Amino acid sequence: MDSHAIATHPEHAHAGHDHPPFLRHHFESVEQQREATSFGMWLFLLTEFMFFGGMFVAYLVYRTWYYPAFVAGSHQLSVLLGSINTVILICSSLTMSLAVYAAQKGRKAALVRWLSITLLLGLVFLGIKASEYREKWEQHHVPGLNFSVSDFVHVNPAYPGQPALPLDMAEKTQVYFSLYFAMTGMHALHMIIGICVLAGLIFRARAGAYTSGHTNTVENFGLYWHFIDIVWNFLFPLLYLISRHQ
Amino acid sequence: MSSTIVSLPDQTTATLPKHTYLNNEYGLKSWLLTRDHKRIGILYLITITFFFFIGGAMAGLVRLELLTPQTDLLAADTYNKVFTMHGIIMIFLFLVPSVPGTLGNFLVPIMVGAKDLAFPKINLLSWYLNTIGGIMVLAALISGGVDTGWTFTTPLSTHYVNTHVITAGLAIFVTGFSSIFTGINIIVTVHRMRAPGMTWFRLPLFIWSNYAASILMVLGTPVLAIALVLVVLERTIGIGVFDPTKGGDPLLFQHLFWFYSHPAVYIMILPGMGVISEVISTFSRKRVFGYTAVAFSSVAIAVFGFLVWEHHMFIMGVSSYSALIFSLLTMLVAVPSAIKIFNWAATLYKGSITFETPMLYAFGFMGLFTIGGLTGVFLGSLGMDVHLTETYFIVAHFHFVMVGGMLMAFLAGIHFWWPKITGRMYPENLSKLAALVTFIGFILTFFPQFILGYLGMPRRYAAYPPEFQVLNVLSTAGATVLGVGYLLPMLYLTWSLKYGKIAGPNPWQATGLEWQIQSPPVVENFLETPVVDYEAYDYEWLANKTRNEVHTVG
Repeated sequence: MDSHAIATHPEHAHAGHDHPPFLRHHFESVEQQREATSFGMWLFLLTEFMFFGGMFVAYLVYRTWYYPAFVAGSHQLSVLLGSINTVILICSSLTMSLAVYAAQKGRKAALVRWLSITLLLGLVFLGIKASEYREKWEQHHVPGLNFSVSDFVHVNPAYPGQPALPLDMAEKTQVYFSLYFAMTGMHALHMIIGICVLAGLIFRARAGAYTSGHTNTVENFGLYWHFIDIVWNFLFPLLYLISRHQ
Repeated sequence: MSSTIVSLPDQTTATLPKHTYLNNEYGLKSWLLTRDHKRIGILYLITITFFFFIGGAMAGLVRLELLTPQTDLLAADTYNKVFTMHGIIMIFLFLVPSVPGTLGNFLVPIMVGAKDLAFPKINLLSWYLNTIGGIMVLAALISGGVDTGWTFTTPLSTHYVNTHVITAGLAIFVTGFSSIFTGINIIVTVHRMRAPGMTWFRLPLFIWSNYAASILMVLGTPVLAIALVLVVLERTIGIGVFDPTKGGDPLLFQHLFWFYSHPAVYIMILPGMGVISEVISTFSRKRVFGYTAVAFSSVAIAVFGFLVWEHHMFIMGVSSYSALIFSLLTMLVAVPSAIKIFNWAATLYKGSITFETPMLYAFGFMGLFTIGGLTGVFLGSLGMDVHLTETYFIVAHFHFVMVGGMLMAFLAGIHFWWPKITGRMYPENLSKLAALVTFIGFILTFFPQFILGYLGMPRRYAAYPPEFQVLNVLSTAGATVLGVGYLLPMLYLTWSLKYGKIAGPNPWQATGLEWQIQSPPVVENFLETPVVDYEAYDYEWLANKTRNEVHTVG
């Protein structure tokens, strides 16, 4: 390792010293590079957590204020579709972990396979999400665009156990749906970005990019994908489940 | 002169080093696609200077309008747009990125003994995001402006103004990512890229303060981002999270906004405090008194900074119990800030003080920031705040903190590290004159505003009762002097790029790692990875080192 030569003649930095091609020049060792990129990813996820945190705070406040409206709102969501999506996302987290494992073991075919399955599961999740959004649109539950309070001032035949809301509280269900669309929409946006990155990863994995010792990128993307999964695992109970017993 | 221990190069024959980061590559492309943290620092310097002068021009218009009690220069709505743009540009495009973007980018890797920041490409991306955000702000300005004030307060911003809030909001969102990426880069670099022997408590205090500011950037900025996304969604499709007619709460916006925007004050001021620590130590030739306390006070300011946002909302209908608690917490921030001020004073005590230009700016900082901080205690007190908030008192207070504090620190830092960045010195007497002019202009501009505010002149109005005119004229006159104080460095620093004296590696005889390499540095900063075996600000070590070097050469 002739670090002196690297620094004095940066234009000849590649000549005559033996480090793996993926080690960037400003790092001293592969280990340092791995630790730095992983730490950077965790910090980025921390910012993402704060980003969603603002909306979770809004949810907490409004749920306390407008409890009956939130109960009525959550009855409009399909627990079945939500549950299926939860299972799909957890499975995609598993396949993502298997992809990281395959990369670490240097198995190219397995890496490409697991990444592709992850991508597929992500697309299925988004498809189901889109059909849920379409249903909400048809039921006039989209705040700002076509929201109608009439569903909530009368007893809904589909949910006979749920009492009709007084008008002022029925109007507050808009806040519930605002948060529903803001939170799941932001989550879906993260999924779309994730899927685009995944497509790029698959493309490069097929060329053998991550199976020759350099697994940081796949590992860090794995962290991002797990983060998306974890956010959904909070969104699902908060939006779909916790008032269902009422 | 050759017999002196201090090894200043002979000014007549000295030349700049052959290989530097500046002449490593040529052409516009080599700058716009660079991944060298030093070049990115220079890119930042160019863009923030550009935005500073646009924001300054806006301030000039505001002051000119306020020369007379009537609205004669600008119509009231134009006036609103002008001060809004002044605020947005100065805060998001100048104060927040100034020290971390320029000096932080340039110096953090060198000071910790690394070849670059941890993520060079992301670093370049963050400059581009900052510039794109800036262009979007300018687009909003040209296409009709924004008149909400820089705070985007709902429901004004979402329902009642007919201006370009969406463009401006998205612009801030974009620059926010720039800030987040800079923060992540600095934190990871400090954690993982330190040279052998560079322990946490050997780090220069500039690093500690940038580190603390980065924590604020990383944790605070996303909350502002989501608040602005919700404002944009509310304006475009009307989702109603902040809309009281749909059950939303405008106060929630303010909670989310100030959760970032109060800590943002410390994002601005903490790196500046780091600059002051370096300058004061160098020009009194003493280790900073209570190094550990000053280091931890940065982190304490960062922590307390997150707990005080509600003091911006005392008069906006929050409960009196929470207002009381936030009033108390606000007072607590004064403690770590005072630790810094007192420790700088103790550093000066019995030091060998010399009055170089950076030191003059540093003294300016200490005086003005102290006044700004003490008036902050007035405003943090619940009862006083009800009387003084939304008056010119608050305008004077935050300009003392941000302009008197941050801008003084930025100018101190630019002068202090100019020889390292460019390899050349600036003209000595002219720069001292500029420091003096800036200080006088500043006091003349903003001190009358304390009195105006105390007498009850509200902020953000284009017209005012005639009895306030004398003080307003004083303030406008001061702003003119201040403008000269800012133009001077711009001119002579540009001049010095070509005609300045050659500086040599260590013109101030300072101890930091950045002064142990050539000026300007080579591309990867160090010829060999440095091994640090001395404490920060160890001037005895430096004297021995210099003596040995002279000895070996002789």
